Amino acid sequence: MSNTTSTLEEIISQEYQHGFETSVEADALPRGLSEDTVRVISAKKNEPEFLLEWRLAAYRRWLEMTPPEWASVHYPPIDYQDIIYYSAPKSQKDGPKSLDEVDPELLKTYEKLGIPLHERAILAGVAVDAVFDSVSVATTFKDKLAEKGIIFCSFSEAVQHHPELVRQYLGSVVPVQDNFYAALNSAVFSDGSFVYIPPGVRCPMELSTYFRINAKNTGQFERTLIIADRDAYVSYLEGCTAPMRDENQLHAAVVELVALENAQIKYSTVQNWYPGDNEGRGGIYNFVTKRGDCRGAHSKISWTQVETGSAITWKYPSVILRGDHSVGEFYSVALTNHRQQADTGTKMIHMGKNTRSTVVSKGISAGHGHQAYRGLVRIARAASGARNYTQCDSLLLGDKCAAHTFPYIEVKNASAKVEHEASTSRIGEDQLFFCRQRGLSAEDAVSMIVNGFCKEVFKELPMEFAVEAQKLLGVSLEGSVG
Amino acid sequence: MLIIKDLHASVGDKPILNGINLEIKAGEIHAIMGPNGSGKSTLSNVLAGRENATVTSGSVLYQGKDLLALAVEERARQGVFLAFQYPVEIPGVGNVYLLKAALNAQRKHRGLPELDALDFLALVKDKMKLMEMNESMLYRSVNEGFSGGEKKRNEILQMAVLEPKLAILDETDSGLDIDALKIVANGVNSLRAEDRAMILVTHYQRLLDYIKPDFVHVLVGGKIVRSGVPELAHELEKQGYAWVCDEGMGVAEVQPKS
Ligand SMILES: Nc1ncnc2c1ncn2[C@@H]1O[C@H](COP(=O)(O)OP(=O)(O)OP(=O)(O)O)[C@@H](O)[C@H]1O
Ligand SMILES: [Mg+2]
Repeated sequence: MSNTTSTLEEIISQEYQHGFETSVEADALPRGLSEDTVRVISAKKNEPEFLLEWRLAAYRRWLEMTPPEWASVHYPPIDYQDIIYYSAPKSQKDGPKSLDEVDPELLKTYEKLGIPLHERAILAGVAVDAVFDSVSVATTFKDKLAEKGIIFCSFSEAVQHHPELVRQYLGSVVPVQDNFYAALNSAVFSDGSFVYIPPGVRCPMELSTYFRINAKNTGQFERTLIIADRDAYVSYLEGCTAPMRDENQLHAAVVELVALENAQIKYSTVQNWYPGDNEGRGGIYNFVTKRGDCRGAHSKISWTQVETGSAITWKYPSVILRGDHSVGEFYSVALTNHRQQADTGTKMIHMGKNTRSTVVSKGISAGHGHQAYRGLVRIARAASGARNYTQCDSLLLGDKCAAHTFPYIEVKNASAKVEHEASTSRIGEDQLFFCRQRGLSAEDAVSMIVNGFCKEVFKELPMEFAVEAQKLLGVSLEGSVG
Repeated sequence: MLIIKDLHASVGDKPILNGINLEIKAGEIHAIMGPNGSGKSTLSNVLAGRENATVTSGSVLYQGKDLLALAVEERARQGVFLAFQYPVEIPGVGNVYLLKAALNAQRKHRGLPELDALDFLALVKDKMKLMEMNESMLYRSVNEGFSGGEKKRNEILQMAVLEPKLAILDETDSGLDIDALKIVANGVNSLRAEDRAMILVTHYQRLLDYIKPDFVHVLVGGKIVRSGVPELAHELEKQGYAWVCDEGMGVAEVQPKS
């Protein structure tokens, strides 16, 4: 009797595989946050005055703000004075100009993660801007991109070489006072990626970044800014994984996307940060603000994400549909296992005429995982002819996990059409037994059922990323590739 | 092919199977009949390896090996097939996908190359004709929204594709209309082979008119109380189970529920 749920439990209780830590000496600030911390970060990065002022303004706003409490996630209060706000790998000081100059320890780490940088970059034709801790260490294919006038570099470099673009767009999508974590990020952000695609240019390759959190107790505050000018197109890939560790790590990134007239941005994420052990100890706290602004008419922004990691995820990639006929899309797979908690979803803010948005959210909960989908569709008064379609499905593995859906719909224009569909299903011992009776291993059975469930989202991912995403789900659920 | 000796099994603390003895040779078809709740499905599940019933004593030899020591998928790969009394739905997973994954998992186990999409489709479409199933069924999610009869046909389609050595059909005839019954029986008959044995669990003589068994067993209270030639089934149909029970075998353990 007691073993009726054993198979399912065995599968979903396997532990995270990317648990290792590289020993790269970190050059870090002492713990704590004050105006001085902000000044030191800005000075270390040799930033122009306007940016320091911007950071300080954000810091002052942040002091007056409190963390949001409406999300259905639970964690002990975070001591913001017990966090290290800046660290850089030491080898970075000399500024490696090519992969050969990169600390071999770092490269080994990437290899352990299954990202052989050389092969990957060359074979897949992907430009890789790998972020290790808080500073970019390797950027490739820059020359090829430069020929087309494309700027793809670390945020710090952009600040040095293209301050006017940074100044024009930074904070224009996510203002510093947007929310508690965004304000914090704005004050102390360390590095991230910067992309600018000039008018009429179609970026010839997928731009890709691998994130990895490494130094102990280092809050990670990436800042990413992507601008597609008129008639431009870019597909951007973000992927990450983290080593096993003891203490919770705060991660509060901000990503801003700007699509001008007729431009298109496709932003894909595969996220696999350390979720904590079976009891939920030691996982990453992921409080992210991601927002795209369809600023021009006929522009389009798509978010596709596969989220399997983190102890706590708080994340709502959103699109502001400002330009007439602009299109926003959100395709998401989120998985919570063990004690993971996720409160995720999207916001589609329709402001322009005939704007359209599509939301497909697939939530998978296993173990004691706890998941909420929170989606807002707002149709402004001026947005006549706006349309939204939302589909929100939950899959439960076992009987100790939970999923909730909170759709918020605000329609101020009578000509708008908003459709919402939701479903919940459970993988039970019955289904597993059935698949195994037909000859499939339990792991393959779970992975087949889960992949079937996620199909609609995976098909939105670039090919090689889709394969990776399937693997991740496999790893996260079973401890082996499914 | 299959030798069951003094098999006892319980669900929780409740004994369900109370000493089953049964020997099945290759090429034979055995029908098992018996009142509701007598343990027919439990026996089928124990043979397939479902973990909700615990074997408390006894043994099962399959092709000379200890069947009970094998994991569920291991048994399947060695040719044990169970057509479920209540087929399971798997939303999101295409029927064709499951079939292909299952067949290739089994082929791999047997050291055969995996079938590619084209060869596989040719094979499946062939079998679907036999079961008179519409091809569109292939592309729907496994059993999702299938009618009761369609689910049962789908089970036999899987059997036809997987070509097991020992097939256990648990009430595959229940819920089938007359035409469907003939089609399913036809499918099953076409799979009769020298090297293949079958166990048919059924309540009705009807099925046995189409699929002629070699032996009929009556399971009551977790025990086989009667075994005999096919005519036994006719007798049962006329007299009901009280008849076998009254003959003084395991009456005390009979707890028919309806
Ligand atoms: N999970 C369970 N918990 C408690 N009792 C169970 C469980 N599963 C089966 N049983 C009991 O075991 C007995 C045998 O059930 P089984 O399904 O094997 O009967 P059956 O002969 O197949 O009946 P039917 O003809 O109705 O299909 C029944 O009394 C049933 O209630
Ligand atoms: Mg039964």
